[in-house]
Amino acid sequence: MNTEWLAKLWNNNVLQLGVWETIYMTLLATLFAYLIGLPLGLLLRVTDTDGIHPIKWLNSVLGVIVNFLRSMPFIILMVAMLPVAKFIVGTSLGNRAVIVTLVIAAAPYVARMVESSVKEVDAGVIEAAQAMGTSSFQIVWKVLIPEAKPSLIIGAVISTVTILGYSAMAATIGGGGLGQIAIVYGHQRSDQLVIWVCVVLIAIIVQVIQAVGMRIAHRVDRRIRN
Amino acid sequence: MIEIQNLNKTYDAASGPITALRDINLTIEDGEIFGIIGLSGAGKSTLVRCINLLERPTSGKVVLDGQDLTALPRKALLHTRQSIGMIFQGFNLLEQRTVLKNVCFPLEIAGVKKSDARKRAAELLELVGLSDRANAYPSQLSGGQKQRVAIARALATKPKYLLCDEATSALDPTTTQSILALLKQINQTLGVTIVVITHEMRVIEQICDRVAVIDQSRIAEIGKVSEVFVNPQSDIAKALIIPNNPVTSLPPCEGRRLRLVFDNRVSGEPIISRIAMECHVPVNIVFADTRFVEGNAYGHMILELPNDENQIQAVLRFLNANHINYEED
Repeated sequence: MNTEWLAKLWNNNVLQLGVWETIYMTLLATLFAYLIGLPLGLLLRVTDTDGIHPIKWLNSVLGVIVNFLRSMPFIILMVAMLPVAKFIVGTSLGNRAVIVTLVIAAAPYVARMVESSVKEVDAGVIEAAQAMGTSSFQIVWKVLIPEAKPSLIIGAVISTVTILGYSAMAATIGGGGLGQIAIVYGHQRSDQLVIWVCVVLIAIIVQVIQAVGMRIAHRVDRRIRN
Repeated sequence: MIEIQNLNKTYDAASGPITALRDINLTIEDGEIFGIIGLSGAGKSTLVRCINLLERPTSGKVVLDGQDLTALPRKALLHTRQSIGMIFQGFNLLEQRTVLKNVCFPLEIAGVKKSDARKRAAELLELVGLSDRANAYPSQLSGGQKQRVAIARALATKPKYLLCDEATSALDPTTTQSILALLKQINQTLGVTIVVITHEMRVIEQICDRVAVIDQSRIAEIGKVSEVFVNPQSDIAKALIIPNNPVTSLPPCEGRRLRLVFDNRVSGEPIISRIAMECHVPVNIVFADTRFVEGNAYGHMILELPNDENQIQAVLRFLNANHINYEED
């Protein structure tokens, strides 16, 4: 097996840059996806028929939009959203455009994650808060989010890993990161070793995110420890 | 004073409207412990939720100290709810908050300063006997302890009223006793008016002053607990007084059945022996039990008499002459 090419990539910091680009695209996209998805998920839950403030039409409209975006395969959504990316960040090329498409794809996913997490909060606890004269906004802020916190964190870990997976596909529209290295330096040059090194590096990143996230989720959960 | 006037509650279900409450009228006086009893599905939980408008009545009024809650704008209603504490069968504590912070929660909502809230919460934990568990989380507490925290939390905003929705139904008998004693103590020392929802007559007997019996969405009867216990008018009240009613589960008898109720005055006398000796009537004891109602001991007993009109009349005359409460089954 020829390791010369791989060594060259390493010596020119191409791999290191790839790792960094993957991490920063993923984290930035996750952050923005939550800025949109968290309020959206809470809104979906609150306006549901059994939520604390049912608004049927709004819930239906949001539900349809979320389902529509989620039903599209990412690779197609990505290309379809390039004009949107150009509108928002001024370019349809490179990592900035990739992050925009990642956010558009991930926000509905995050919204459903958040919705299902806050749905786990015991209806009795919400009722108790209502009986104390808590407003709907206060219930979201002081009951739903804090009580669902461990579950929200686990959801964030799963979302981050999913977004990392999406980001690797972004090489097809000129995004950087380990996905691009695997395709350009590995696949197109028929260098299996480079592909597998990228796979292992991505696997390591996923493991670290998973381990750290789960530890945090466990640490903040007050239900189990004695 | 809580006045419920001509209250109806209907739910829209796929199969058509379902009536949960029908023409409810009742008044709960300040300082009393008022019981609402009924079988599950009778509508009692809906009724208690209509008092703080967690459920909005389809028609009728809920008047709290002269103010019709159903007419209040939402903001004023939220404010009024702070003067009505509530506890639940499932305790409903915030699992991610410590005991102390659970008790602080309603004070946060009421906008009380943090340091004042902590001080008030500590006082309340003292009252319910859980000062040493202030920094524990609910998952570390027993059921009885959780309900004590819930009581402390419900009292944090110094409410005038406390609603208890099956508050002891998830607890073992010993813990139930201690929670009921605590509620009684709160009623007597703080003057909080308490509304108790339950399916257990024992809970009513032990702490309530008056009781409303709910059956099939209506009030079947309402009165002082001792009166309802001694002389229940409705079938549902009779059934609730003797749970798993042995009379209904026994095969029908040849003769007649009587339910006797003894109070302090006669519970010391050998009534049954005297019936046998003075009336010369052999009686069969089908059921017997002793209860404490409003702090007094009551015995009640179901007797089976032979199917002989003369003998039955002799027993009834004896009971009347001795002023013993009875009813025919």
